[in-house]
Amino acid sequence: MSDYILEVDNLTKTFPGVTALDNVNFKVKRGEIHCLCGENGAGKSTLMKVVSGVLPHDSYEGKILLKGKETNYKTVKDSETDRVAIIHQELALSPYLSIYENIFLGHIKTKLGIINWNNLIIESRKFLEKVGLNENPETIVSKMGVGKQQLVEIARALSKDVELLILDEPTSSLNDVESEQLLKLILELKEEGITCIMISHKLNEIMEIADSITVLRDGKTIVSYNTKKENVTEDIIIQGMVGRDMTHRYPEKNHKVEDKIVMEVENWYVYHPEYPDYAVVENASFYVKKGEILAFCGPMGAGRTELMMSLFGKAYGSHCKGKLKLNGDEVHFHTPKDAIERGLGYVSEDRKELGLILIQTVKDNISNSSLKLLSRFGVINNHKEYMEALKYKKALNIRTPSIEQIINNLSGGNQQKVVLSRCLLADPEIFIVDEPTRGIDVGAKYEIYCILNDLVKNGKSVIMISSEMPEAIGMADRIYVMNEGIIKGELSAAEATQEKIMTIALQKGENI
Amino acid sequence: MSEVNQLKEKKTSTFKDVVKSNMRNYSIYIMLGVILFGFAIPTHGVNLSPRNITNLFIQNSYILILAVGMVMVIVIGNIDLSVGSVTAFAGAIGAILYNAGIGLFATILLTIIVGMIIGAFQGYWIAYVRIPAFIVTLAGMNLFRGLTYILTNVTPITPHDDTFKQVAIGCVSPEFLRITHMVQKGAKTVEKDFHLLPLIVGVIAVLLIIYIGFRGRNKKKKYGFHMLPVGFFILKMFVLSAIIMLLSIQFARYRGIPIVFIILLLAVAIYTFITKNTVFGRYIYAVGGNAKSAKLSGINSENVEFLVHIIMGAFCGLAGIIFTAYMNSALPDAGNLFELEAIASTFIGGASASGGIGTIIGAIMGGLILGIIKNGMSLQNIGANWQYVVKALVLLLAVWYDIYTRKKSGTI
Repeated sequence: MSDYILEVDNLTKTFPGVTALDNVNFKVKRGEIHCLCGENGAGKSTLMKVVSGVLPHDSYEGKILLKGKETNYKTVKDSETDRVAIIHQELALSPYLSIYENIFLGHIKTKLGIINWNNLIIESRKFLEKVGLNENPETIVSKMGVGKQQLVEIARALSKDVELLILDEPTSSLNDVESEQLLKLILELKEEGITCIMISHKLNEIMEIADSITVLRDGKTIVSYNTKKENVTEDIIIQGMVGRDMTHRYPEKNHKVEDKIVMEVENWYVYHPEYPDYAVVENASFYVKKGEILAFCGPMGAGRTELMMSLFGKAYGSHCKGKLKLNGDEVHFHTPKDAIERGLGYVSEDRKELGLILIQTVKDNISNSSLKLLSRFGVINNHKEYMEALKYKKALNIRTPSIEQIINNLSGGNQQKVVLSRCLLADPEIFIVDEPTRGIDVGAKYEIYCILNDLVKNGKSVIMISSEMPEAIGMADRIYVMNEGIIKGELSAAEATQEKIMTIALQKGENI
Repeated sequence: MSEVNQLKEKKTSTFKDVVKSNMRNYSIYIMLGVILFGFAIPTHGVNLSPRNITNLFIQNSYILILAVGMVMVIVIGNIDLSVGSVTAFAGAIGAILYNAGIGLFATILLTIIVGMIIGAFQGYWIAYVRIPAFIVTLAGMNLFRGLTYILTNVTPITPHDDTFKQVAIGCVSPEFLRITHMVQKGAKTVEKDFHLLPLIVGVIAVLLIIYIGFRGRNKKKKYGFHMLPVGFFILKMFVLSAIIMLLSIQFARYRGIPIVFIILLLAVAIYTFITKNTVFGRYIYAVGGNAKSAKLSGINSENVEFLVHIIMGAFCGLAGIIFTAYMNSALPDAGNLFELEAIASTFIGGASASGGIGTIIGAIMGGLILGIIKNGMSLQNIGANWQYVVKALVLLLAVWYDIYTRKKSGTI
C-alpha cells in the first residue's frame, strides 16, 4: 500500500474566465494533519472540492489518486463511498432537524425501508461522545451555536466511517475557546488514524497542529513543508502565500485623534427580534472621536454586531432605546436609509447574506448606496456610475477582469473590497466595519487596514468590530470590550494586551 | 500590467467568441423567429399575412401588457395571482364609467387609477404587513372575481357606442396618407387601401435606431468601454431594421398601425427606461437580488415593493380597458387564467423565479412566443386542448434551456 493516502497529479481546473488551479501537485501522507494555506482565491477550496467530488471528474484535467487508485467521482456520494468526507466553510446541516437526524442524513440505516429512530438516537450518542459534544441528540440544530454545529458536522463525518476528513476553514466562525476544542479534537482523530486536510487562515492554529503544510498561490502549489523536519515559522508561510516579505502585518499608525466627539451613545438597549422582552444589549454607552479607530472586542455572541446594527437605523432587533448623538445632536433613525443620510456607513460581517447582491455586477454593487448622487431627476448617469466604479476598482485594487463581472465569481477578499467601495462611495463620516477581514487572506487584510488608516487620516472615524485580538490591538486607538451584551471595559491602545482584553471580557460584575 | 493585457485581449475577441458569448442573450429572438417562420409552412404563409400579423398583436395585447407589469413583480421576488380578476374588475369599471357618459379619455384614466388603488391595497399587505405576495394575491384573485360578479350582476356590460371598442381593434391611418388601388379577387375587382403612415414611421424608426446605435458606440469607443465587434454590430442593426420594416409593411398593407400596438410600444419603452436607467429601476433589481443587503445599502425596500405592485395595478387597469374593448363587452368571467399566461411569459423571457433577474423585453418576447403558438395552432384548427399541451412544453423547455445555459456560463 502506498505511503500517501491522497496524491494529486498536475491538476488543472478552469472556470469560465478564470484558471482556478494550474498544474497543482499535492500529496497527503496517511495519518497526518495536512494544512493548506494560501490567499483567498488561491484555489484551496476549489482543490478540496475536486478531491471530494463536489466538482465532478470530467470537469478538470489531471489525476487524483486515493489510496493509490485513480478516482472517478461524479458526486460527493461517490467520494463518501471511498470514505472521504468534506466539511464546508458554510455548514451544510439541515437547520430544523435534530442532531441525530443530521448525523445520519443521507445514510440512514433501514430495515426493509423502515427506520428505527430509537436505535439511531442511541448510536448517535456514540459519535457525540467521540467529538465531545454534550448535548441531547434530539436538540434541534439551529438552536445551538456555530461551534456545536461544527462538532455535529464532524460527528456526521465520523458516522460515515471516514478515513480522510477535509475541513474548510473550520474555525473561521468559532471563538477562541471553541477553536481550541476543535483543534484538540482533530489531534485526537489523528490518534485514531484519521487523516485530516485543513484549510485555514489562522497561522497560529496551523503551527499548532500541522504535520505538513502546503502553500498555494494563484492556483499553483508554491511549496510544501514538513514541520517535523523543517523549521517553519509563520513568516515563512506568509512569505509563500503573498510572494513577498511581510515584515509588518499592520500598517504604521500616523494619524492624529482629534478631541471632537462625533458620535455618542448613552444607555442603549437592544431587544431580540423574536423575544421582545429579552435585551441582547444592555445599557451600552460609548463615544467616538473624530479621526479615531475604535475597536469592539469580545467573544462571538457578545452583542457587538447587534449593538451596531441597531444603531444603524434599527437594522436589528424588535426595538431599542437609549440616546444616540451625532456631533452633539440627538438623532432618531428608523431605517438604514436615515442613518446613511446622516453620515453613517455600515459594512456587514456577513458579506454574502447581508453585504452583497451576488447575482449583480461589481459596478452595481458599488453604486447601490449612492445612486441618488449619481443621478439627476431619478435618471442614472451611466457614464458617471461606470467611472466611479472604475475609480474604486483601481484605488482598492479589486482583482476582477471587468467591473461588469458578476460578483459571485470574485474571491472573498475582493468581494470585501467591493462592499467597502460601496461604503466609501456613499462617503460617510463614521464607518462601522463589522469583522472587516473575516475569511480573507493576509495580503488583502493588509490592504484593508491601509484603507481604514487612510480614512481616519482624512478626518473620518472608524468603529471596527473584531474577533481577532491582535488585529484590534494592532489597529485601534481605543478598545471597548464587550461580553454578554454588556460593555465590560475600555482600554487605550497603549495598555491593551490580549490577556487584559480576555480578563475584562470574562470578569463578572456590572458594566462600567 | 497583466490587467491591461487582459482588457486588450477582451477587446479583440473573435467573431465566433462573440456569437458564443451572446448566444444566450439572443436565443429568445432566434426561438421566436424559428417558431414564427416554422408555422408559416403548415399554414402556407397565412400566419405571416398582414391581417394575421395585425391580429396577433390585437389578440395578445392584454396579455403582453400584463406581462410587462408582471416581470417586475417577479424580479422583486414576488408573484401576482390576482391580475386576471383585477383585469376583469377594471374592465367592468371601465364599461360602467363609459356608459355613465364621462368620455373615453376620462374612462381610461379613471380605470387605470382604480387599478393603481387595487395595486396599492395589495401592495400594502405585501410590503408593509409582510404577508407573502402569493397569499395576498391569492386572496385578491378571489376578492376581485367576486366583486366583478357583484358589480356586473353576472351579466355582460356592453359599452353604449362603438367608439370604445376602437381602443382594441382600431388602427391609426390618416385619410391623406392612404393610396387606394384595385385588386383582382376572383372574378371581382375590389378596392384596397395601402396605408403610408406605418411605412413613414417605420423608416423614421430605423434611421433613429441606426443613429442612436452609432452614437452609443462612439461614446463607448471614446471612453474605452467593452463593445461588440463591428461585424456583429452591423448584423444586429441590420436584423433590427429588417424586423421594423417588415412589420411596417405588413401594417401598411392591412389597416395602418394598430392602436394597441402603439399603447404596447409606449408601455414597453417607458417602463424599460425606468427599469434600466432610473434609480427606482435599479432599486427593483437590488431588492430582488438580495432584500437584506439592499436594505442595509439604504434602500427602502418596502417602498420599492409597494410601488411595483401599484404599477402592476395600473397595467391591470389598462389591460381591463383593452380586453373590454376587444370583446366589446365587460364579461364577468373576463381575464380567466390571464395571470398564468403573464407569469409564463416572464419565465419564458428569462426571468428568475428567485428574483433579481428578468427584463421587460424578455417578457414581451415570451408573451409573443406563446401568442404565435396559439395563433398558429388555431389557424390549423387545432383546438385549445392541444394548445395547452404545447404551451406547457414550451414553458418547460424554455426555462430548462435558460438554466442549462446559465450553468454552463457559470452565472449561477
